[in-house]
This record gives sequence, structure tokens and C-alpha cells, in this order.
Amino acid sequence: MVDDQFTLYELNIGEIMDLEAIIKEAETNVAASDNVPALDEVRVAFLGKKGKLTGLLKSLGKLSAEERPVVGQKINEAKIAIQEKIHQRSEFLKEQELAAKLANESIDVTLSGRQGEVGGLHPVTKTINRIEQFFSELGFSVKSGPEVEDAFHNFDALNIPAHHPARADHDTFYFNPDLMLRTQTSGVQIRTMEKEAPPLRIISPGRVYRNDYDQTHTPMFHQVEGLMVDKNVTFTELKGILHDFLENFFEASLHVRFRPSYFPFTEPSAEVDVMGENGKWLEVLGCGMVHPNVLKSVGIDPEEYSGFAFGMGVERLTMLRYNVTDLRSFFENDLRLLKQFK
Amino acid sequence: MKFSEKWLREWVNPALSREELAEQITMAGLEVDSVSPVAGDFTGVVVGEVVECGQHPDADKLRVTKVNIGGEELLDIVCGAPNCRLGLKVAVAVVGAVLPGNFKIKKAKLRGQPSHGMLCSFSELGISDDHDGIIELPADAPIGTDIREYLDLDDVTIEVDLTPNRADCLGLMGLAREVGVLNNQDVNMLGIQPVSPSIDDTLSIELEAGEACPRYLGRVIRNINLSATSPIWLQEKLRRSGVRSIDPVVDVTNYVLLELGHPMHAFDLDKLNGGIKVRFPKEGEKLTLLDGNEVEVKPDTLLIADHNEAVAMAGIFGGLHSGVSDESKHIFLESAFFAPLAIAGKARQYGLHTDASHRYERGVDFKLQRTAMERATQLLLDIVGGEAGPITEAVLEQHLPKAKHIRLRLAKLNKLIGIEFEKQTVTEILTRLGLDVSEHEAHWDVIAPSFRFDFAIEEDLIEEVARVYGYNNIPNVNPQASLKMRQAKESQISTNELKQVLVDRDYQEAITYSFVDPKVQSQLFPDVDGLVLPHPISSDMSVMRVSLLTGLMQAVSHNQKRQQSRVRLFETGLRFVPDETAEMGIRQEQMIAGVISGLALPESWDTDGRKCDFFDVKGDVEALLSQCVQPGQFRFERADANTVKMLHPGQAAAVFNGDTLVGYVGALHPKFEKTLSLNGKVFVFELAISALGDKDIPSAKEISKQSASRRDLAVVVKEEVPAADILSSVEKCGVNQLVGLNLFDVYRGEGISEGYKSLAISLTLQDDERTLEEAEIQSIVNTVVDKLGTEFGASLRD
Repeated sequence: MVDDQFTLYELNIGEIMDLEAIIKEAETNVAASDNVPALDEVRVAFLGKKGKLTGLLKSLGKLSAEERPVVGQKINEAKIAIQEKIHQRSEFLKEQELAAKLANESIDVTLSGRQGEVGGLHPVTKTINRIEQFFSELGFSVKSGPEVEDAFHNFDALNIPAHHPARADHDTFYFNPDLMLRTQTSGVQIRTMEKEAPPLRIISPGRVYRNDYDQTHTPMFHQVEGLMVDKNVTFTELKGILHDFLENFFEASLHVRFRPSYFPFTEPSAEVDVMGENGKWLEVLGCGMVHPNVLKSVGIDPEEYSGFAFGMGVERLTMLRYNVTDLRSFFENDLRLLKQFK
Repeated sequence: MKFSEKWLREWVNPALSREELAEQITMAGLEVDSVSPVAGDFTGVVVGEVVECGQHPDADKLRVTKVNIGGEELLDIVCGAPNCRLGLKVAVAVVGAVLPGNFKIKKAKLRGQPSHGMLCSFSELGISDDHDGIIELPADAPIGTDIREYLDLDDVTIEVDLTPNRADCLGLMGLAREVGVLNNQDVNMLGIQPVSPSIDDTLSIELEAGEACPRYLGRVIRNINLSATSPIWLQEKLRRSGVRSIDPVVDVTNYVLLELGHPMHAFDLDKLNGGIKVRFPKEGEKLTLLDGNEVEVKPDTLLIADHNEAVAMAGIFGGLHSGVSDESKHIFLESAFFAPLAIAGKARQYGLHTDASHRYERGVDFKLQRTAMERATQLLLDIVGGEAGPITEAVLEQHLPKAKHIRLRLAKLNKLIGIEFEKQTVTEILTRLGLDVSEHEAHWDVIAPSFRFDFAIEEDLIEEVARVYGYNNIPNVNPQASLKMRQAKESQISTNELKQVLVDRDYQEAITYSFVDPKVQSQLFPDVDGLVLPHPISSDMSVMRVSLLTGLMQAVSHNQKRQQSRVRLFETGLRFVPDETAEMGIRQEQMIAGVISGLALPESWDTDGRKCDFFDVKGDVEALLSQCVQPGQFRFERADANTVKMLHPGQAAAVFNGDTLVGYVGALHPKFEKTLSLNGKVFVFELAISALGDKDIPSAKEISKQSASRRDLAVVVKEEVPAADILSSVEKCGVNQLVGLNLFDVYRGEGISEGYKSLAISLTLQDDERTLEEAEIQSIVNTVVDKLGTEFGASLRD
């Protein structure tokens, strides 16, 4: 703190005329201040209790009544001018100080953030989720069922009696003649229809098992089963929904064909092919109208109700969608593959 | 089923290109798997005759020949094949010929001897893999003829993948019928004439198992010449169907099988005693099969027997003893109908699958036996000569399949397919299919022909009409349904939500096989016997998992071996725990499991390289639990090392939801690191999703307007006192104003005696109605400190 020492200025007109010089001096000092404390000193020197202008103001009393307002006003104007200069300088200095501070705080924004990594779902799950989403929007509920399954749900109720050639074709993993790993998700159809009455719309994704292992077969893979049972379900609708699904799944306008085929649990039955980019047909799913014996096996009258069912191989769809070339790689769980799927 | 295009076109020849024909067959439901040329691409190969054949002067294995190809001069050709001999008709690649693989034949010298061409083997012409010597053509092969023309090689083998219901197409005749239907074209049926018997010999036939074999035809043929070879056309047709030529008798039975789809069998007549009996086996009866294996016949396996013993497994495989051999002079031909149910699944019981069993178990035309017999007899007599006796037919009409009468309703057809069919179109399709059709006002009554034994119900006909009409001529329509809203329970935790929590915490989802290596599983879970797969893919995939962790551990090892040292994987799926009280004797529980290993955080400019530990994985588990109910409902307790043997005894916690065990979290027991090929510590968790319970639906409480006060206290307790017990005791201290409780530091070391630890706890106190006075706060703190002192011997840290 500066110890203000009181000094009384003798005031005369001549000195008043020097106001211009004081302002000039103040301006020079303000401009010369390069930090806030220095500027404050300047303020004290001119506008403080013992500042030059303050002194002049105090000696106004010596002037005549006529002179006093004139001179007073002049001094005030000078004071405002100097205050303004100081204010401007002060703002400038603060800005400069802030800029310097910010410059000092500058970092390399290209360095990675902390803990920025998020994992990802398996590509097979991504496909299942997309399929579920498409069908959920049409009112299909998602159902699941056991993977160790009995002969009734895996075969008998699906119109595949013992010794049917289709049983042999399935390369079933048996635990005993009545217990096996399910070879298809179709058993969930049966389990659902046993419990619920039509109208039914379900979709059932899950693991299925076949005793086969080579470049294009793994002993475990995933299927999504779909089923719709209602009073007037038709083959044209089966074609419609699957065509719609495939175009949505691949997000492309596709060549799709329905090729007659055979499944014991549907009739008529079809396999569905899409035209690949190489101009070749690729089988993507199997489908058909629910066989009357299947409806009867769960107590639904095939004269009153009809239904369609379809089953698709999730790995096949995933490979086509995401350009995966080796089926077996899905179950190796190599992070270098998995991390490509966010 | 493989067949040559030209063979099919002998039966029915629609005006379609090869590609169009294959497409049409596929779109009829007989999926064409492959179309492949019957020979390699070659030119300049002609029929020749070896007219001189001498030893090469300088090479033991080479012969110097002169070959007549009908030109002005004989060709000098050096040949290394052991079967090259004087008088042989051969396939000669002349100079200028181009063989498969763009191999050009030029003039050459072999060990000093000129060679102006090459005598070819089947493999060199891309016809078969047979490279045991050069091709031996029949003696009557016309010299100079182009081989492609002589063997009719501009042909393809078409392979169709037939569905089990279309056994009628397991022969050329059936395929031709199908192509005829599709093109509305007649099929050139064989004009098979009965062979007039020239001898009277017969063998008695007794049908002792009428339901299994209601029709059996037999015929004696004497004095055959088995040294004859099958004509080249027959050999070629067999070859193009993927069947090797063996001897004329086998070739003819195979030919009839391919042509008519009807299996035949031939016995050595001299080996049959008395006559034929078709019967089921006697107790413990044995039979040595053609492949030399002796089997004990199962009681449900139908046999062909003579009056002494079994001579063949009916419809499956012949017996060795009664089989036709080089010495056979007289044969007995069999043409029988066996019921599919009598044959289905039987061959597999013996590890067998033959062309005959494949057809019989799917079904053959029960009216075709005589035609097949006459066809085979005629072919045999043409090739091996001999004298045929009359056909003996044993038949039990009551056991033969009955012609199926089926009604097809127009309304049902339209309702199921979803379009309005023209009656005329339907009638035409049914008629073309060979059905006996009577058309009525709103339905058809049809009788199925014996060759379409797959027709039984109305839907069979609906499918047939749709198939022939063309699936792709049926429009796509959006399904109609009533808009009933589906139930969606907010309280239900979906597996997808749990997965997302882990994904957000930098876990990658894995999918591992549900069957694992029993050696690994029994180490990790010695107290649970997993369900064993009797016929696994391999021994390391032979038991059903009782935990997802076995497979995940393998995935960790797989990645560590590939320079992925930081591994964070999770999986959801079923585990399979044998349990007599569960459905089917197996508890199939949906689990969520995870493993972490390596750095806690990805290596970065700002991380300290800390390895993950128990509290990292526990944090992930807590995050999962926080999705479910209030975190306070879950408890972590030190796991019992005798129960949880896979985990580190000091770093394992059991997770409880109330009294229900949800799962475990902890460090893998270090003793497994080596046996599981793991590099460094691995931390794991596994929770039963069903035990997580339902989510609470939030019911918001009013927020207090009073200010809260925080008081920190450090209490010193013995090392073995679990922190959770301290917190739970504080929670239960009966102070309503305690709204927050947190343990924010654990301290050991200077100022704390050995065997003790200091726990720093913050209490947040707040009243709903008023601001708490300092004295009240102090009193609450004292209550807490006193309680901890009494219960745990805790003292305030100085």
C-alpha cells in the first residue's frame, strides 16, 4: 500500500490549461503498464486520493464562482478520459493474461482418451439380433427351448417317425435313443404350440447340433426358427414375409427364388436361394406350410388353422452379410476377428 | 443320384439346352448339385491297333510298337504301359493332339527310339482316375474313329440331390417321368419284352414274413460265361453314374438299379440249397456278408435264406458264400419288393449303406419287379449267354401296398396356397403326374400310381400342384394378422441387456462349443459328471459343459498364443448339469460368464500398466448385478474352497441373491495356469441368469430439502473381519438419518498393529424434516462406533 501523503496544489488557470498535458502523461503511463499491478499504480498516481487530478479537484475552491464549474467540468472530463484509458488497458491486460494462461494449458488433443474402448457382440449374435428385430416389429415373440431334447420334440412331433430317412440324414448326437442334442430349433415350435393357442407368431433363435465337421460344417451352429399359425395363413404370405426379410437383412434388392424341397414338418416345402454377387444361387433358408400332422400332434385342427414355418442358418447369413469366409472361425473366438464387430 | 445327360435324353428329350434342363430339374425340387463333363477336354485321339510290339533295346520297361490308325503308314510309338500288347485296340493321341491340361503331342524320341504319338490311359484323357495302364478298347472298335465319338464323350454327368420323398427319381425312368411332366412331353418307355424260358429250372420261394416282403420273383439262368466283359456302352453308362464296372452280372444288376431304380440281386445257384425262404432270423443267427464281415443278425433284420441258412440280408447286402464269383456257372436272380418299414434304419445298425438299402428304405414301385427281372435277364443273356428258366413269383396280395385314393378340394388348395387356381390347370397337372383323376364340382378324387408311393394325403397333392405350377409363379403377399400388442415386462431382465453391460465394459462376446474336453472339465469341476456324448466329433469335444468357463478358458489360451495378451471375453448360453429332478434328467441353465486376463486397462500413454485383479472382475459383476435389483440385495461371501475347486482359495467369492446362490467370481486357481496353457493370471465369473431375479420397478421417493452432513471415521479391526460385515452392521444400526455409507480407504502399515487394518468409512446423514444439529450428528457417530466396538472389537484410529 502506498502511504498517501497529502499535498495541496496551488491552482491557477495556467495549471488548468495543463490538464491536456496531464491526460497525455496519464495515457503514456497507462500504455506503458504491461501488467495489472503497474496499471493500478498509474491509476493511483492520477486518480488516487493523492493523485494529480484529485489534487486539482481539491483546489477548485480557490477559484471564483464563475470559473469553478467550467474548470470543474474540465477536470471531470479529464478524469473520465483517463478512467476510460485505464479500463481499456485493464481489459486488454486481463485478456492477455488469460490468453497466456490458456496457451500454457494447451495439450495434444490427438492423444487417445482414457478407457475409450468398448467391446462388441459376436457377429452371430448381431445377426440374431437383427433377425429378431425385423420379426419383432411384425409381432413375433422370441422363444427359446432346451438344447438337450427328447425324441418327441426333435423328431416325432415334427412328423419324423423312427426310421424316417430324415432321422438318418440329420447326423444326430444321441445320448440314448430318446435323448439327443437338438438338430433343429423346430422343437421350440412344438413346445410353444403345446402351451399356447393360435394365433401364434414366434421366432426362436438358438444353438443346434449335427455330427459333422469339415470346411463347411461345424458340429454346432445357430438357427432361427419362425412360425406363424392363424386362420388363413397362406404360402403367398410365407413368400412375402421371407422376401421382405431377405431384402431388409441384406439391405439390397435381391434376386430370390423359392425352390421346391422336402422337410417332414412342412408341406409344401421350399428352400430359398438368393443370387450372390458372383451370379450364383446361394441357399439361405428352408421353409414351408406347417404339415397337418405337426398341427395335429399339438392339438391344433389343420382344417381350421394353417401356418408357415421357416428356419435359417445364422452362420450362413452372417458370412454373407459380413464377408466372413471360414465358418469354423466363428467358434475360435479370436479377438482379431471378434474386434471387427462393434 | 448321378446320371448322364445323354442317357436321360434317350428317355425324354425336351427342347432345352443343358443349362436350361439343369435349371428346370432344380426348380422342380430335384436340386442339381453339379454338372460335370464326362471326360477331359482333348482332341486328336483315335482308335488304333497295336500291330507290332517289341522290347525297347535300351529300356526294360518300355515297348516299341507300331500302331495302325487307318492311315497310310503305321505309327512308331514307344509305350511304357505293362498292358500294352500285340493286337490290342488302343486310344492313340496322334501328333498334333491336345490332351487335358493343354498337353500337346509332338514327334519325340524316347531313349533313341522314335515315338510319333501316345497310347493313352483313362486318366490321361480325364475320364477316370484309372491309370493302371492304357485303355483297352473292344476288339470291334473301328480303327481311326475319333475316341470322343466312339465313346460318346460329349456328355455331362448331372448329380441331383434327391429329398427323401422322391425315391421315385432314384432311377433314370423316374427322372425321365419327372422331366416329361415338367415339359408336358411323353417319355420313351422301354419296350421290354418278356424273355421266353429255354429251360424249366426253378427254385421254390416261400414268403414267411409277408408284411416285410409281399412279393419275390426269382429266375434261374444256367451256363453263363462270366469271362465275357460288359459292353463299353454299359460300362460308360455305369461310369457316368459313378459306378465301377466289376463283372457282367454285377454290372447288369447295377444297370437295372440305375435305369429303373429297382435293386436286384444275383446268387450262385450252386450255393443255394433247396429253395428260397424270406424270413426273419433265428436266435443268434449269423451271416457273412459280401465284404467278408460276419455279423450276428438282429431279430428285426429281414433275411433271404435257403433251406439251410441265411444267404443275404434282404434289400441291404448279399452274403459272401452265396455270391456270384469267377467260378459261377449258374445263377439265381432276385427281384423283390421289400416294405420300406422293414428296411428303414436296418442297414445303419450294421454300419452299412448300400444303393439297394438306400432305395428300399425310401420305397420302390411295388409293381416294377417283373419289369426289372425281364430287363436284367435280357441284358445278361446278351452279354454272358446262358439259358433262362421261367420266372417264379411269390406274392401275398394282402400285404402289398394299396393304391392310395386321395381327395383334393379346390377350396383347401386355394386357402393354403393363397391364390385362386383354375380348375383346368389343376386337372392337367394331376393328370400329367400320372394320377388317375376324376374331376368333380369342387374337388378331385385321384388314385396315385404305384411309382408315386410318396402320395398319401391331400397336402401331398397341394404341394405337387404348387410345385408343377411353379413356386415362382406364386405371388409374394404381406401377411395379415390382427394387431395384438405383445406383453413386455419391464421387470424382466433380458439377456441382451446383460450382454450390453459387459460390451460397454470392454468385453468381447465369445461363442464356444457346448461340448468340451472331459479332461479339462474334470480338472476344473471334479465334483460334477457332465453328460457324455457317446459318439463325439473328437475326444476333446465329448462331454457337455457344466460351466461356460471351460470353453472360455480355451479361448483365452487361443488368444494369448496369438499375441493378444489382454483378453476380456464373455459368453451366455446353457450349461448342462445332470439332475434327476429336472426335465429329461438334465438341468439346462442359462448362464453368463466372463474371463479377463492381462492389463486392467488397454496399454496407453497415460496408464500405469497395472494388471487386472479380483476387484476388476468383481466390478464387472457388480455392474451386471446393478442392472437387476438394488445392489444391497446381493451378497458376496468368501467361497468355500472345497466346493469351488477351480478358483484360488483366497480370491474367490460366492454371489448370493438373498439365500439363492447366483454364481462365483474369483481368480483361477494358479495350478491350472499351466495345464490350460494360460499365460498369467486369469479372473473369472459365472452367474445363473435365472437366479438374478426380476428387476424392481422404481418407486421414486421425495428428495429431502434439508442439507446433508458427512462424517468420516476410521475404524481399526482385525484383518479377518470382512469389510462387508462392517458396512452391513452400520446399515443396521437403526439410524433413520443415515442416507449414505461408503468405505473409501483401507490402510495397513505404520500406526496400525500387525494383523489389523484401518477402514475409512463415510457416513452421510440427513433428516427429511430438519437440519441435524451438531450434537445429534455426534450422537449418531457414537452409536455407530459403539456398535462396531461391541460387534467387531473395532476401535477408532488415533
